[in-house]
Amino acid sequence: MWAEYFTVAALISIGLYGVMSKKNLMKIFIALSLMETGVNLMLITVGYVPGGTAPIENGNFAKYVDPLPQALVLTAIVIGVSVTALALTMLIWYHSKTGTLEYRRGMKW
Amino acid sequence: MRKVAAAVIAALFFAMLMSTLYQLPSADYTEGGYNYRNPINGSYADENVPSHYIADTKDETGATNVVTAIVVEYRGFDTLGEVTVLFTAATGVAFLLRKMKVRSGKKKTEANLILREGSKLVLPFILLAGAYIFIHGHLTPGGGFPGGSVIASGFLLMMLAYPKFFMKERAVSVTESLAGITFASIGLLGLVFATSFLQNFLPFGHVGYLVSAGIIPLIYIAVGFKVGSELSSIIDVMKEVQK
Repeated sequence: MWAEYFTVAALISIGLYGVMSKKNLMKIFIALSLMETGVNLMLITVGYVPGGTAPIENGNFAKYVDPLPQALVLTAIVIGVSVTALALTMLIWYHSKTGTLEYRRGMKW
Repeated sequence: MRKVAAAVIAALFFAMLMSTLYQLPSADYTEGGYNYRNPINGSYADENVPSHYIADTKDETGATNVVTAIVVEYRGFDTLGEVTVLFTAATGVAFLLRKMKVRSGKKKTEANLILREGSKLVLPFILLAGAYIFIHGHLTPGGGFPGGSVIASGFLLMMLAYPKFFMKERAVSVTESLAGITFASIGLLGLVFATSFLQNFLPFGHVGYLVSAGIIPLIYIAVGFKVGSELSSIIDVMKEVQK
């Protein structure tokens, strides 16, 4: 579990750093996607059973991982794709209005 | 300065996460079901919900893939909302970008011969793989969402190979609406023939065979078509505004 939780913490922290330090909106969206991946990985890790297999029943007894977080993460991934697509669309719009990808305070667009 | 402050805050956040994440419960599975072990005081909590899913999915839904059964059957209403979110995003993308028309005079360069001919050769197999993934969603890993994404990736390949390739807007929107209507009307039929919305009203058939699990494959086929057409329309609209 340690490696997974280390990866989760690293992904979320790197995403947080990116969101706070970068001015380029494209990089901010990439950082947000990293944070999202970290959260999804955390949910999957909580439901992981050591030595478990995918919860697909084939008649023999096997250790299955918890199916519920996987179903929730499936939803979260699809929502993440939708949000990213919409954000990038707005970024295209922003770029055509201002000619830049950088965020500036007080900018009218 | 800004970067240093951000790095300090991110490092503190990392330390906080590392000191708390290991206190999350860890799952264990026995023949009886799931036990979640609390690492702080070492106590166990029986989790009835996932245990129920693992034990009774076959009898209650007829599907062998438990995740699919949860997504389509137990939480089918959630999936309907999820598909709606994806639809709203696709609509928003089309709404924002169709108005823009930043088609500059820059000439689009043709792809090379290998990419053009190879993508023509590979496209049917990509579409077949996508269809296989969403038709077998109740038996094997995968389902409507990954299958739809695979289909959209096939169209993306065609757009990369042929700059003039475009999706027929009308066909895409008709496919997408029909798939959405199918999903909703299967749910309403559940209200008519069974007791609640999106309830399984068809016989389960032989569990583990292709034609089984009642409405689950039907809904996942509809979701596959819907996701495939929505994602390809997003790609298509975004491709048009390149500078």
